Amino acid sequence: MSEQALQISNARLIDPDSRLDGHHELYISDGRIVGIGQPPPGFSAQRRIDAGGLIACPGLVDLSTRLGGIEPELGAAVAGGVTSLACPPDTKPPLDEPGLVERLVRRSATLGLARVYPIGALTQQLGGERLAEMNSLARAGCIAFSQARNPVVDTQLLLRAMQYAATFGYAVRLRPQDRFLARDGVAHDGEVASRLGLAGIPVAAETVAIATALQLAAHTGVRLHLSRLSSAAGVALIRAARQSGVQVSCDIAIHHLHLSEMDIGFFDSNARFDPPLRSVSDRNALRAAVRDGLAAICSDHTPVDADGKQLPFADALPGATGLELLLPLTLHWAAQEKLPLSLALARITCDPAAILGIEAGSLAVGRAADLCLFDPDESWRVTPESLRSQGKNTPFLGQEMCGRVRITLVGGRVVFSA
Amino acid sequence: MHNPQLNTNGELTHLLSIDGLPRAVINHILDTASSFLKVSHRDVKKVPLLRGKSVFNVFFENSTRTRTTFEIAAKRLSADVINLDVTRSSTAKGETLLDTVDNLVAMHADMFVVRHAASGAPHLIADHLRRLGRNDVHVVNAGDGSHAHPTQGLLDMYTIRHFKQDFSNLSVAIVGDILHSRVARSDIHALTTLGAAEVRAVGPQTLLPTAIEKMGVRVCHDLASGLRDCDVVIMLRLQNERMNGALLPSAREYFRCYGLTPAMLALAKPDCIVMHPGPMNRGVEIDSDVADGTQAVILPQVTFGIAVRMAVMGILAGN
Repeated sequence: MSEQALQISNARLIDPDSRLDGHHELYISDGRIVGIGQPPPGFSAQRRIDAGGLIACPGLVDLSTRLGGIEPELGAAVAGGVTSLACPPDTKPPLDEPGLVERLVRRSATLGLARVYPIGALTQQLGGERLAEMNSLARAGCIAFSQARNPVVDTQLLLRAMQYAATFGYAVRLRPQDRFLARDGVAHDGEVASRLGLAGIPVAAETVAIATALQLAAHTGVRLHLSRLSSAAGVALIRAARQSGVQVSCDIAIHHLHLSEMDIGFFDSNARFDPPLRSVSDRNALRAAVRDGLAAICSDHTPVDADGKQLPFADALPGATGLELLLPLTLHWAAQEKLPLSLALARITCDPAAILGIEAGSLAVGRAADLCLFDPDESWRVTPESLRSQGKNTPFLGQEMCGRVRITLVGGRVVFSA
Repeated sequence: MHNPQLNTNGELTHLLSIDGLPRAVINHILDTASSFLKVSHRDVKKVPLLRGKSVFNVFFENSTRTRTTFEIAAKRLSADVINLDVTRSSTAKGETLLDTVDNLVAMHADMFVVRHAASGAPHLIADHLRRLGRNDVHVVNAGDGSHAHPTQGLLDMYTIRHFKQDFSNLSVAIVGDILHSRVARSDIHALTTLGAAEVRAVGPQTLLPTAIEKMGVRVCHDLASGLRDCDVVIMLRLQNERMNGALLPSAREYFRCYGLTPAMLALAKPDCIVMHPGPMNRGVEIDSDVADGTQAVILPQVTFGIAVRMAVMGILAGN
């Protein structure tokens, strides 16, 4: 199948990576892009896809997808146009054993849907006490190391982990949150949590952890990526660090670009996130950070079943389904901010690919033919039935989305069409 | 935003929080309570308003006192009252909150009086009933986490109105652990809705919620300035577990800084009333001389509490 020579006709190609935006024919052969505008010599299409009215962009790259059930979630990924995704190590059991990583890589490769890039555990059992076998995990397929939602409390061990990762050139990803300042907290420490009587997580829980991570990264020279920033003060720290020459990247979950603490309303557990939704001014600062290219967008896809959400707010599990909403919510943000499509798409294609250091997120000739073809004007309503993910948990349930994925290609193969 | 405790006609269908209750609804409850107060003074202390109705007291958190006052109120309305101490039964066997509710609905409950340690639990139940289409089953929040204790807030308003008549000239000081207090939040919402001139939140920073001033109160860290010339002081109970050094160094130091003594009370207006939701910690937040003094209205609060709970249940059953 992947041997098929394919021609995609009449699409508007947008590739932020190669600054391409226009109507061109796209030629695919042997799973790779072999021509744009002009077919390579001797090309003969076995199949032609008429993509009139659609936008073709690189398959989306997601920095953080929790898989749960691998098959349905990878199906959800391609239904959302996501062709490459990084999977954090807080699986059950955690990704701290090369065998587990190999199995995940093999399973996902067999399915032939989205490409899965495991993030290995930085410490054994994510316990923050002993270093994981990073080199063996990297050989098994891990492309970076993280603690997922479990912070390393012992700063000396964090220093050692960064030194060890830097030894081999591995990237370290941290979700910055101080465990003590965040203890028992379930919502942003602000107006809404105070009114609802919910235990708060102060912004300082994030900034303290960012400051620690930045200091240790500067000391060790490790490639640092900070996941899921939630606050204006956090963004300001990264901005300042970047301006002073520190190599650090970061991402922001798509939900945090659209929602704030106000969306908790009357204890809506679908608005329970980790890190928490913060104030409207925090949200505005996050939007600016993404606009300026300081941060990439991730789906932070976290399927939670009804049993995990139909609980009092503090007892409910945090997170939302995100893979199938990543594109429409990104388009919605771009439309609200009047940003060019290519800028918005960069944040979910080439930017995260560069952060992950993977060959993805580009339509350049010679690259793997991972594509997302979507109708930017088609609207659809978010319902449990409209989502392929097993996670139906989203604060956007019942809302109208604009932008629908019609065809997804991975390695030149159509893996999704609607 | 849809207010989950009002029906489409703006009538009270659940009592979940005072936050968002219109002033007219609060006044209606207080006026109704006033008529029920007379019932409590009669020889036959019963009216047939809830005859044939089943009121389930579902307490996921222990509280003998609050449960008893709800039980008395429901019985005076002629309801059948079923007390469930859920802490010791189903949830201990792993049943979820909503499973428990479904079972009780199947037993034809007409009203749930719910206490739960988690903020928002009564909202979750009310939302579940709405999705089941059971608009005929009512929820009364008897205290959820640090969120709300609306009947306590209402009985506090009843008490203030009884002694002070009008709210518009009043300065009310709420003193103590506001951070963990559902009573304080309900009192603040009620007082700001009823138009109290000033509400002061008095306590150390460790016991005050972030951005509490957004709820319309003035923050005072100093008890003396918090009490000066006020008309009403509401003392809050300090839980033992708050005094273990994490939020406060000791009970002794707390009493020295925030305990209500006769000398401190003398800073308030001479006719200032002293309230407390109970149970009191004598010598921790309040001196016995104040608790037993002429300005204390702590026992009238308890009496009014039954009338207010009768009013709430009576109004809900009628809507």
